[in-house]
Amino acid sequence: MENMKTEQKKSTILKQLFISNFLLSSCTFGGGFVIVSLMKKKFCEELQWISEDEMLDITAIAQSSPGPIPVNASVILGYRMAGVTGAFIAVLGTILPPMIIISIISYYYVYFKENRVIQIALQVMRAGVAAVILDVVINLAEKVWKTKRKLYLVMMITAFIAVWIFDISAMLVILVCLAIGVIDLLLDKKGRQEH
Amino acid sequence: MEKWILLLKLFFSFIQVGLFSVGGGYAAIPLIQYQIVEVHGLLTMEEFSDLITIAEMTPGPISINSATFVGMRLAGIPGVLLCSIGCVIPAFIICLILARIYYKYRNVSGVQTVLAALRPAVVALIASAGMSILLLALFKAEKEDIVFADFRYIEAILFAGGLFLIRKYKVNAVIVIFGTGIVGTIFYLLLSI
Repeated sequence: MENMKTEQKKSTILKQLFISNFLLSSCTFGGGFVIVSLMKKKFCEELQWISEDEMLDITAIAQSSPGPIPVNASVILGYRMAGVTGAFIAVLGTILPPMIIISIISYYYVYFKENRVIQIALQVMRAGVAAVILDVVINLAEKVWKTKRKLYLVMMITAFIAVWIFDISAMLVILVCLAIGVIDLLLDKKGRQEH
Repeated sequence: MEKWILLLKLFFSFIQVGLFSVGGGYAAIPLIQYQIVEVHGLLTMEEFSDLITIAEMTPGPISINSATFVGMRLAGIPGVLLCSIGCVIPAFIICLILARIYYKYRNVSGVQTVLAALRPAVVALIASAGMSILLLALFKAEKEDIVFADFRYIEAILFAGGLFLIRKYKVNAVIVIFGTGIVGTIFYLLLSI
């Protein structure tokens, strides 16, 4: 009986994983961090499957490993929710929309490229995408603010300036912050030993 | 027989694309170009630049879009499947391993301290991606070549409206994205009549 219940729960989770990722992937115009923002809204706020910190960790791992960020994030999230099967289903949901769309338009792409209505739609949709990302950023920045650690605030602002203004690679920023984290840990341990 | 060789070639090309494109998105473009145009001569440079244009216009990761496009043009549906699977396999295996490690050790207090230092950086990365898209929406240009006279009022209103709806009424993100697309397009079409 108990077994049947968990089985049922697992299949609901798998279904939800697939549908959510399929939907989010269908409207990810503009790169990996867009889908990460959408996933945060869906899986942290709406379904409450994981915490915001966990989503940020998943993003950091997804950014640092080879392959597209949406695929990487789906693998980790899927694994977290339902093991290897979950990872597989989540990735399937993420890659099917672009596969279907490109398969269909690969033969009509000249028309697609030059169609005025499509071009207008793609341009104005960016306003909506920007609004969604900004909303997520406001929420996340608020959380960093609430840790009340000056170090984290300075890191966040410096990292933003480095990436956005000076075009420093995301990978390098993550590595530097990782190093700062390790130093922080060592200092913390030392401080505790001295007391 | 020849078709099988082509399919295998495609499969292994995209495994390499998937394996070596760290950092996602645009990092993958030179790799795909190298594999598809230069090494195997599967697409001409012109077809390749069309492919990048389309990949940017459609949802989804550029490497999956490219894998599908190349697969479809050269070998139909089986090509699409093999290229996409090849592109995803390295990420799938590596991320599974990383996920296992992460979930095994993430509650160790030392690991928490280190991960906590990564989170502000990730927020900054997302913010930076958001700012770039916002500028594209408001000026239709990258930050280096923004002309203030090109400010686009309709997109600015859509952006402000979208943000208001999400923050005040918690409207679903997917609805906001497609909503701005539909409302904005109708607006521009009416203006051009």
